[in-house]
Amino acid sequence: MLRRRSLHPAWWALAAVPVAFLGLFFLWPLLTILGRGLIVDGHLDVAGAWEVLTEPRTGKVVATTIWLALLGTVGSLLLGVPAAYALFRVRWRGQKAVRALATVPFVLPTVVVAAAFSALLRPSGLLGHFSLDQSMAAVAAALVFYNVAVVLRVVGGTWAGLDPSTVAAARVLGASRWRAFREVTLPALMPAVASAAAIVFLFCATSFGVVLVLGGTRVSTVETEIYLQVNQFLDLRAAAVLSILQLLIVGLALWVADQARKRRERATSGKRLDGTRAARRKDVPVLAAILAALGLVLLPPLYALVERSLRTASGHGFDHYAALFQQPGRSVLPVPVWEAAVNSLETAALAAAVATILGVVVAHLVTHRTRRSALLDTLVMLPLGVSAVMVGLGMLLTLNQPIFGVTIGGSWWLVAAAQAVVALPLVVRSIVPTARAIDPHLRMAASSLGASPWRVWRTVDWPLLRGTTGLALGFAFAIALGEFGATSFLARPDRPTLPTAIYRLLGRPGLENIGMAFAASVLLAIMTASVMMASERMRTQVGADL
Amino acid sequence: MTKNGAGLEVAGLRVTYPGKPPVEAVAGVDLTVVPGQIVGLLGPSGCGKSTLLSAIVGVVEPDAGSVAWDGVDVTHTPIHQRGFGLVFQDGQLFPHRTVAGNVGFGLDMAGVARAERDERIAELLEVVGLAGYGGREITELSGGQRQRVAVARSLAPRPRLLLLDEPLSALDSELRGRLATDLGQILRRYSMTAVMVTHDPREAEMVCDRVVRMRDGVLL
Repeated sequence: MLRRRSLHPAWWALAAVPVAFLGLFFLWPLLTILGRGLIVDGHLDVAGAWEVLTEPRTGKVVATTIWLALLGTVGSLLLGVPAAYALFRVRWRGQKAVRALATVPFVLPTVVVAAAFSALLRPSGLLGHFSLDQSMAAVAAALVFYNVAVVLRVVGGTWAGLDPSTVAAARVLGASRWRAFREVTLPALMPAVASAAAIVFLFCATSFGVVLVLGGTRVSTVETEIYLQVNQFLDLRAAAVLSILQLLIVGLALWVADQARKRRERATSGKRLDGTRAARRKDVPVLAAILAALGLVLLPPLYALVERSLRTASGHGFDHYAALFQQPGRSVLPVPVWEAAVNSLETAALAAAVATILGVVVAHLVTHRTRRSALLDTLVMLPLGVSAVMVGLGMLLTLNQPIFGVTIGGSWWLVAAAQAVVALPLVVRSIVPTARAIDPHLRMAASSLGASPWRVWRTVDWPLLRGTTGLALGFAFAIALGEFGATSFLARPDRPTLPTAIYRLLGRPGLENIGMAFAASVLLAIMTASVMMASERMRTQVGADL
Repeated sequence: MTKNGAGLEVAGLRVTYPGKPPVEAVAGVDLTVVPGQIVGLLGPSGCGKSTLLSAIVGVVEPDAGSVAWDGVDVTHTPIHQRGFGLVFQDGQLFPHRTVAGNVGFGLDMAGVARAERDERIAELLEVVGLAGYGGREITELSGGQRQRVAVARSLAPRPRLLLLDEPLSALDSELRGRLATDLGQILRRYSMTAVMVTHDPREAEMVCDRVVRMRDGVLL
């Protein structure tokens, strides 16, 4: 039921906290980018911006961005849709383990994925002699590796819930297996496939770390071009104009994704049922083929990464891991890798704490759907639509100057703030559904029994949200640990995080440096995976006492 | 100015839900309930009776009119300071608390000492026929038992007025008859002043002293 008051001072007072945070660390930086791109010497300079846009180099990176995103999307669908059938529609023993394995790439930090493909494709790698290093194919393969899990999740869930009796009905009416699939199953699946395609396209178009590492100097997208303009050509204006361009591309992709999502929600609004069936003997060849294809894409990079991290000049050993604790050459990295790992843990802890606290506040404020809560929701979701690279660039442009006489540029916690901005939308998205699922009667009952609004939250909302919040905290921590896009702009060279250290090491020649990069990638992957696993466990444990 | 013993006085109450066109759910209601009286609010679904109840308890802010208790206007008093108890149809027990934890919630909010709290919980569980159920989880209870816990919980902090929104309509008919009788007895035992919304005339007759009918937002 609605509480109808003309003013909501308490709501706005609480909302001021996340709004202030996002205003300082997101909106202001974003507006600064727009200003840098469009305004020169105090007046609008469209001609200058146009000049950047019409440069042949710009046209090339835009084409590459869209082309790569299309390749990544088509590849993910070609592999993911059959895999969704094998892993979700049909039941067989050991399926759960394979499903878990197939989602591993998605939780891996981008730098780790890039390092894994680099390990595979480098001249000395497993597929080295195909000279795919720094090729479109290499980047596209990495994007597929990364995004198959998205297709699996979105399409698999829908496929498992499709009513098998409609297929049976079609078969009874004389349709062949293939006809029944084409006429009945596929149309029912289409909204989910479209939705997955839109999400994957978005992820591919904003992909940064993978393209930067694997594309090298030859393949460059809008995102990596922004980075290059800032870090190599020191052309902030070109970077700003490119950011505006990327904003448009992403906005378009987001809009398409949203349309697809709405269609999917309409299509799946009915009751969920179990449409899975046990595998039969004659399914074996099909399942085996699908799983083999999945395995061929997912396993070699991971294998190559681990193998290369153990490969030394004289065989195999833990030399590269031992090297993580030693000071590498000054020109390579100013601190030992373990120190970068500690930096990462510290920054990620702060970022996760901030994102989670803000996320809980925002979730509380948007639980009741009103116009003002929709507004706040949109603001908080914005960073999702604006790539991490832009968050980093914006903060670099704004916060490197003294604010009210205080210089905060270069502070380590600025990195944490950027990571918190990136993680916040996901934290909010994971808490809000649980908060909305709490029966409003519970809150009314509590207040009629004398609980003030704060105590209603303490005694009703919080106990029911605790499990989800723990999970969200873990996710935020994992995201922050692996965050590369924003961090690469903000982390000081003398205080690298693990991902930025890996990036530096990958770019340095010498077997030791590369080996160290791979060892550090394995370390980062293990750190991220254990955080994810720990938070999943925490949820089930806390959830058990509810 | 307080009028001792005046009970609940609702005057000229109006509640409009925004929309196109706006819906006037409660269109000018006057209602007096003297202390110790149990009033049944009867009417077809959608007649505004639940909204009227929500406005009395303070979940919904009225557009016009007033709600007063013993002559003190409480129209703008937050719910948790009104001292009115509330029982819903279902889905109202705290799933993360035991039976005793639910019944004791209002006492915790009031800061009642532990010994007194435990005694009061035991007493109320006995009254609603669930003696010894304090340690049970909510999920272990049947629908009827849950409603009994809900009644015990709302009575525990000694509310001035108890509002019941179709408390029995989620139960099957046989159980409903038995619980209606019990509910009447429990409310009388504590001389509760109460308003019960229902669409079942038989139920209203069993529980209430007086029945008021409502249609299209007004009392008949």
